[in-house]
Amino acid sequence: MHPNTPVYLKETASQTAGPYVHIGLAPKQAGFDIFENNFGNVLVTPETKGERIRVEGRVFDGSGAIVKDVLLECWQANAAGRYNHPADKQEDKPIDPTFRGWGRACSDFESGVYHFETVKPGSVTGRHGKLMAPHINLWIVARGINIGLQTRMYFSDEADANAADPILNGIEWVERRKTLVAQRTEKDGQVVYTFDIYLQGPNETVFLDA
Amino acid sequence: MTTPTEQFGEFLMRDRAWHPPAYTPGYKTSVLRSPQKALISIENDLSDITGPLFSRDELGALDNDLIMNYVQDGLPIGERILVHGYLRDENGRPVPNALIEVWQANASGRYRHKNDKYIAPVDPNFGGCGRCITDENGYYFYRTIKPGPYPWRNGINDWRPAHIHYSIFGSGFAQRLITQMYFEGDPLIPHCPIVRSIPDEDAVRTLIAQMDRGAFVALDSMAYRFDIVVRGSRATLFENHIQGGK
Repeated sequence: MHPNTPVYLKETASQTAGPYVHIGLAPKQAGFDIFENNFGNVLVTPETKGERIRVEGRVFDGSGAIVKDVLLECWQANAAGRYNHPADKQEDKPIDPTFRGWGRACSDFESGVYHFETVKPGSVTGRHGKLMAPHINLWIVARGINIGLQTRMYFSDEADANAADPILNGIEWVERRKTLVAQRTEKDGQVVYTFDIYLQGPNETVFLDA
Repeated sequence: MTTPTEQFGEFLMRDRAWHPPAYTPGYKTSVLRSPQKALISIENDLSDITGPLFSRDELGALDNDLIMNYVQDGLPIGERILVHGYLRDENGRPVPNALIEVWQANASGRYRHKNDKYIAPVDPNFGGCGRCITDENGYYFYRTIKPGPYPWRNGINDWRPAHIHYSIFGSGFAQRLITQMYFEGDPLIPHCPIVRSIPDEDAVRTLIAQMDRGAFVALDSMAYRFDIVVRGSRATLFENHIQGGK
């Protein structure tokens, strides 16, 4: 090999999470209790700052059937728009020490509904100083999915910010942008955003290669 | 201007020809669960280069010991093995403080999961999951029982090779990865439609743990070595556009 040939290691290849992903990542859902500390779908503590929201939805396959063995993870900024991570240097926005910004949810084996209890994120500064609309990053794995699917969820009550968002605007097919917008409703005094994900077909959700 | 050695930058582009594609009809479930439209490529921003961080305090003392962490009235039955290796990025740098989670079937190929109805018995002393956090050198290890192969409803006589599922975090959410580790010499590997979802033979080889006699524990456990690579950061040689143009 030429001494100046760039050499990188190859990323370990992905494989499906399979139908029993819950054993490792959500053992209580698999049907047993093993760890003292379980990672789950509640991102907030009573001290967390921001508007409490519930994000919920279902995942559909290409036949329209609900996928009931899916696992989703979310990653988001806090209510001020800052990620709890040293690479986020937006010094003008405070870190909320009670908010990691990450959660993990499984669809219910019967209903297929997943949900997160979290806060609505603030706007994060994107590339070239452009403000991004509030959004939650999602990562989806399941039996039949060979490599985790990445997407972003935006909010229906942020129409102006969404219209200026650099990622949404980068989707050439304008019609497809709305597959990333969750609908806001209120149920029993709780703010709920519904975000259904279509893996395949006419309403297919936009998936990203970030 | 930033320095070229900044710790966190945007990630090297993922090589999608190395990973399995979404649609792999030999693995039947992928047919209705694969997007038909192309992925939309985006340049990394803060949402991608950041990710959740974990600390050792969040794990229990036996979380990386699958032989002991579900013991009820005795030890689990099966081959006692150690699995260890290094987590690095594509630049060869160690990835410290990263959460690795594993799950698997027991020695007879049966999962402790309410949806697994395979006739082989559940082992009352084996749970089948564990987790650990890499040290400052990216090193990780855990102890377990070697899983058995098991049949599944794909082709009528399809059997999975013995494998351990892995979930891996890096420092950024764009490094998030789930994969499976196989065992050197298993004759089921080349026949498996899930393994064969990976088009590149070299990529398959990176998923096969090698027997590591040097790490055997005398009269106690065999050992396997499994190194993992997650996406590396690009050096930021000139302006850094991720945080904006201040």
